[in-house]
Amino acid sequence: MIEQLDPVFLSQLQFGATTVYHFLFVPLTLGLVFVVAGFQTAWYRTAKVQYLYLTHFFGRIFLINFAMGVVTGIVQEFQFGMNWSEYSRFVGDIFGAPLAFEGLIAFFLEATFIGLWIFGWDKLKPGVHLATIWLTAVGTTLSAYFIIAANAFMQNPVGYEINEAKGRAELVDIGAVLTNPVAVAAWPHTIFGALMFAGAVVVAAAAWHLKRNQNYDTMRPALKAGAWVVIGAFAATVFFGDQLSLAMVAAQPMKMAAAEAQFDTMGPASFSLFTIGTPDGTSELFSVRIPHLLSILSTHTWDGEVEGLNDLQAQYSVLYGPDEYRPILWVTYWSFRWMIALGALSALIAVVGLWVTRKNKETGEPREPKPWMWTVAIWSAPLPMLAAIIGWIFTEMGRQPWLVFGLLKTRDGVSPGVTGLEVLISLALFTIVYGALAVVEFRLIRKAAQRQPEELVRIDAETGKPEPTATTVY
Amino acid sequence: MELEVLWFAVVAFLFIGYFILDGFDFGVGMALPLVSKDDTDRRVVINAIGPVWDLNETWVIVAGAALFAAFPEWYASLFSGFYLALLLILLALIVRGVSFEYRHQHDSVAWRRGFDTMIVVGSALPALLWGVAFANIVQGVALDADHNYIGGFFALLNPYALLGGVTTLLLFLTHGLHFLTLKTDGAVKERAHRLAQVVGAVAILVAAVFLVITNLMTGTVASWILSALAAVALIAGWLLNRIRRDGWSFAALAATIGLAVAALFTALFPNVLPASNDPANSLTIWNAASSDYTLTVMSWTALIALPVVFGYQIWTYWVFRKRVTRANIEVAAH
Repeated sequence: MIEQLDPVFLSQLQFGATTVYHFLFVPLTLGLVFVVAGFQTAWYRTAKVQYLYLTHFFGRIFLINFAMGVVTGIVQEFQFGMNWSEYSRFVGDIFGAPLAFEGLIAFFLEATFIGLWIFGWDKLKPGVHLATIWLTAVGTTLSAYFIIAANAFMQNPVGYEINEAKGRAELVDIGAVLTNPVAVAAWPHTIFGALMFAGAVVVAAAAWHLKRNQNYDTMRPALKAGAWVVIGAFAATVFFGDQLSLAMVAAQPMKMAAAEAQFDTMGPASFSLFTIGTPDGTSELFSVRIPHLLSILSTHTWDGEVEGLNDLQAQYSVLYGPDEYRPILWVTYWSFRWMIALGALSALIAVVGLWVTRKNKETGEPREPKPWMWTVAIWSAPLPMLAAIIGWIFTEMGRQPWLVFGLLKTRDGVSPGVTGLEVLISLALFTIVYGALAVVEFRLIRKAAQRQPEELVRIDAETGKPEPTATTVY
Repeated sequence: MELEVLWFAVVAFLFIGYFILDGFDFGVGMALPLVSKDDTDRRVVINAIGPVWDLNETWVIVAGAALFAAFPEWYASLFSGFYLALLLILLALIVRGVSFEYRHQHDSVAWRRGFDTMIVVGSALPALLWGVAFANIVQGVALDADHNYIGGFFALLNPYALLGGVTTLLLFLTHGLHFLTLKTDGAVKERAHRLAQVVGAVAILVAAVFLVITNLMTGTVASWILSALAAVALIAGWLLNRIRRDGWSFAALAATIGLAVAALFTALFPNVLPASNDPANSLTIWNAASSDYTLTVMSWTALIALPVVFGYQIWTYWVFRKRVTRANIEVAAH
């Protein structure tokens, strides 16, 4: 029984599950830090007290979430060695460097300055204190860059040579690794996707208060700002997503073919909205198609040729030896569509939201949306997060069977000394601990979003000005 | 100097920094129920490390990443070999970290009790297990020809390694108590001071035994000297605590931990993971290291980044130099 536990499958399951879990928190951290920094900057420049309320209000939500991102991130770094030691040996010479840069340059920065921001309200000058949240934002954004550069090496290995004697890949050009076209497109795609989520969370929190006719002066500007962030970030996410698909087609044509369930090489190629394939996944039975769209997405030309799954499978079998080189089609095909659909839906809700709350030109008063509209705004908050997670599932599942594209297969990267039982134990413990913490975290964020923003700031009775107090004292 | 030697020193330095800094966080976490009588006391204790625990913990992430980048073979063998031990450390760090952030978010006695327990367990477990792990590294473990660990989880819990674990636990607890003596006032400070005298005395005995055994096993002249200096600093720390020189007694424990970890790395050099079953299977700085190009790139990055990091971390400690008092907490509780 114990001997039958497959360490490769369990390690994949664990890495996938812990990474998705980590990424429940990361987008909110990446996005919300800019929202908080933006509100604090507005307070610094205008001295309007509602911006200070909003800084503390969303700062609290940010911190509840930030802690989870940090502690689940340590697991990510350790897991490469714990579960994927052969992988670590094979690419450590290259892959370790961006991780070390991330730690030295980004993690130290964000971990230090977030402490200064939380506890420094009454100890630093306002301008210096404002700088601490912006430096935290620089840290989180840079950390995303370095880890995406490391991930991009797995999608599109560059700047390396194979050292046959040592049986490993070695770094020969760090500049190439850090300017990997996949990383250069995936980084802003990820950051703007995260901003969409942060914007949607701001909208949801504001909608909750406005639905109850409370905190109008604070929450109305938050609603507007949040909706504009969603819309602007959506446009940027689409733009860089397009750049990313070009880089992907160049580096991993199989992934684009799998995203489209494009079985045969074609030019021009059409984009299918919906496809049903044969049960063995080698050809299609029925689909609804938009002509030329896939050619445009993949090559930016009207009639560009897009390689198909079956042709690539034949090519790779010659190049890398006989094996199954097609990813699991239903996962890649549907995840690609749902990522786009959920992101677009979120942006659409933001546009409609701005329209239904616009000011009446004659009276100058904002319109009152129907209560169900507020409910939609509240419950649509997770849409960009789901889109981001599904996007990562697409990009990582689309890489299979490779761990490092063209160089190392996933099943060859696992730790030989770690047994299936050990991985089962860790998977079970992570599931229990992560599950319990997810429930706690969700409830705390909901509670923080339902607080009265004025309660978080103390106003000096004599001067009528806010007193600087810590955002939170443990 | 050769780059492999330089990076061995850098990795040692990062772990020394980690154990000095997160060491007092662990000590403060373990001391939480021992020096507090009510919730305000407990909040004084937690807020004493509030602004800095995250940056202190980041040292282990950077140390781990540097180990990965500079010595991928070491990282791969060590992290996969000590799988369950590292799993426990990770889970402990997770529950400890979120507890600091979550315990004050909800006003209920049971809620706070729960997170207090998690802070104590989440601090004690890594304090013990890091010592167990490092003692095993120095002592050597069973490795196959591909440098994969083949000893199993329970072989890691041998008497010498457990003694190493108890040593780090006691040193970190003493270090945390000295930190609280320095950073708090009133009754919490007095309790921390008195407890430090008792725990510190036990720590001197246990640490002396552990360091002597270590040096008899794999000692060099340099590791003997470093161990002796660590012992002197530990005793000095105890005496300075006794005569109420709070700042100096804290500095002495920081020096103790730094020197003791330096002694372990010196005893290990030039091995990074000795094979106890067959010396031919040992991992050394030479067969575990990255290429010269990678080490060169890393050296330049560290040379530029580390001074900046030191600058803003020292500044942070300067900003938060004042003692945390009950009055601070009561003012903030609104």
